[in-house]
Amino acid sequence: MTIRNLQAKLAVLPTVVVIAVCFLGSICWTAYISLTRSGIMPNYTLVGFQQYVRLFSTERWIVSFGNMFIFGGLMVAGTLILGVGLAIMIDSKIRFESVFRTIFLYPLSLSYIVTGLIWQWLLTPSIGIQQFVRSLGWESFTFDWIIQKDYAIYTLVFAAVWHQAGLIMAIILAGLRGVDEEIWRATKLDGISKTRVYAQVVLPMLKPLIMTCVVLLAIAVVKSYDLVVAMTDGGPGNSSDLPGRFVIDYTFDRANLGLASAAAITMLITIVAVITPLFYSKKGQQ
Amino acid sequence: MATFDRSAGSPFVYKLAIYLVLILVAAAFLLPMFVMVVTALKPMDEIRSGSIFSFPVDPSLDHFGKAWLSACSGLSCSGLSEGFWNSIKIVVPATAFSVLAGAVTGYALAMWPFRGAKALMTALMIVAFIPYQVILYPIVRIFSTIGLYNSLPGIILIHVIFGLPVMTMIFKNYYIGLPQELIKAARIDGAGFTRIFVSIILPMSPGILAVTTMMQFTAIWNDYLLGLIFAGRDNLPMTVQLSNIVHVSMGEIEYNVNMAATLLTALPPLLLYFLSGRYFVQGITAGAVKG
Repeated sequence: MTIRNLQAKLAVLPTVVVIAVCFLGSICWTAYISLTRSGIMPNYTLVGFQQYVRLFSTERWIVSFGNMFIFGGLMVAGTLILGVGLAIMIDSKIRFESVFRTIFLYPLSLSYIVTGLIWQWLLTPSIGIQQFVRSLGWESFTFDWIIQKDYAIYTLVFAAVWHQAGLIMAIILAGLRGVDEEIWRATKLDGISKTRVYAQVVLPMLKPLIMTCVVLLAIAVVKSYDLVVAMTDGGPGNSSDLPGRFVIDYTFDRANLGLASAAAITMLITIVAVITPLFYSKKGQQ
Repeated sequence: MATFDRSAGSPFVYKLAIYLVLILVAAAFLLPMFVMVVTALKPMDEIRSGSIFSFPVDPSLDHFGKAWLSACSGLSCSGLSEGFWNSIKIVVPATAFSVLAGAVTGYALAMWPFRGAKALMTALMIVAFIPYQVILYPIVRIFSTIGLYNSLPGIILIHVIFGLPVMTMIFKNYYIGLPQELIKAARIDGAGFTRIFVSIILPMSPGILAVTTMMQFTAIWNDYLLGLIFAGRDNLPMTVQLSNIVHVSMGEIEYNVNMAATLLTALPPLLLYFLSGRYFVQGITAGAVKG
């Protein structure tokens, strides 16, 4: 018996090494570097939280970090509303269900680079939607958010919702299909409207699943890199920058390791702060 | 609330409204793809004068040829074909190895319980949440120390590493649902870890293998960040080359060539999705519902 178990242990050994070295070890290294004065090369002299102080007095970081919450809040809310709405509509025994499902889900198979480029073209004023509406005769129509400093970040929301709504639809639809038919029969007999059953019975039942969706979307938001690179490249200026892009930029192009590490650890803390309460509320539900 | 009750009483109006909304949203979802296809077919003067939603008057496939063979990035003018083949060289082995690694690890965790297996599962679940940005640079240093940085084996290995947590969780969740008696019987007959895996477990896994293969193929094909950082100049995947071609800022922007290039890059995962969407849906929901 022990010898056979030994084979199983050997089989998971690479995974243990990968987790220990590449994931946990690397996090510790980055956390340590964030407490040093490292610049182009790692420097192991500790300087306390100086890099974090510097980080939060760096204009570009403040913009990126704030953008993450604007983009994240709108994207998560928009995707959830659209995704849940689509799932409910598809669940009401319609024809051509698989056609609709296929259409709503296809953007998810595209990369964020492709998604970002498509939406960049649609939103570029001189060739995109603005130009189209103007050509219809509304000469003064303006929709140029993507080149406006204060609005560029919102354009990312359109693209991200388009990309992710199908995922939420698929997950919620799977949940709806698992709801006991008995509930529908009982509420129908009592003459309770479908809208009320969804709002007061079915969706509360799916709360753990909705929490999972929020977690998935929140992680996607914090990780975001490709989409912003393809769509606005952080511009105009750095007005639509996001933390993921900030870290890559400061690590590989500007070679400012200490600051980049402090930013990366801040990203990690944000994820933990978002996920932990959601995770516990999900546990509490079960 | 009274009005809602009444509308529930007339299912026809209710249904009609649902179809209307669904069709409108579906049209909005298809529009970006439509714009991409028609623009890729239009000559430049048609793009400049017409609207983005109009059908091409004088369609041409030349732009696809140019995007494939001679579009310029900052480095060279050899089009996307090079990136396509680089992506194939990365995606095929990386998908195979990461699915296999996930299957073996998931099998070991699900069917050969040992001390620490539970802790390992928890660790896998936690690390699946870590943003790449936190661990990328240390891994770059490790890879350059062992000579894997900027190489084909390096980019393949990094995809296997980053795929491991999710792949393992999916396989473990699947294998834990199989009847454990099968394994017990085989063990009594003297079959070992490897034999049980090859002759009992693998033949029972075609569905889950299809799901995970599709997930990893799509994820790795669509990757941009890891390819940019780990692949090295000679192995840049298609997504990175696409971005280089589109963002090159010399002369007039050729929207038709750019859209053709984007379409070509999107095509492999898109085809896979349309041909076997069932597995795709199973993959994303399996990952989400159980995790």
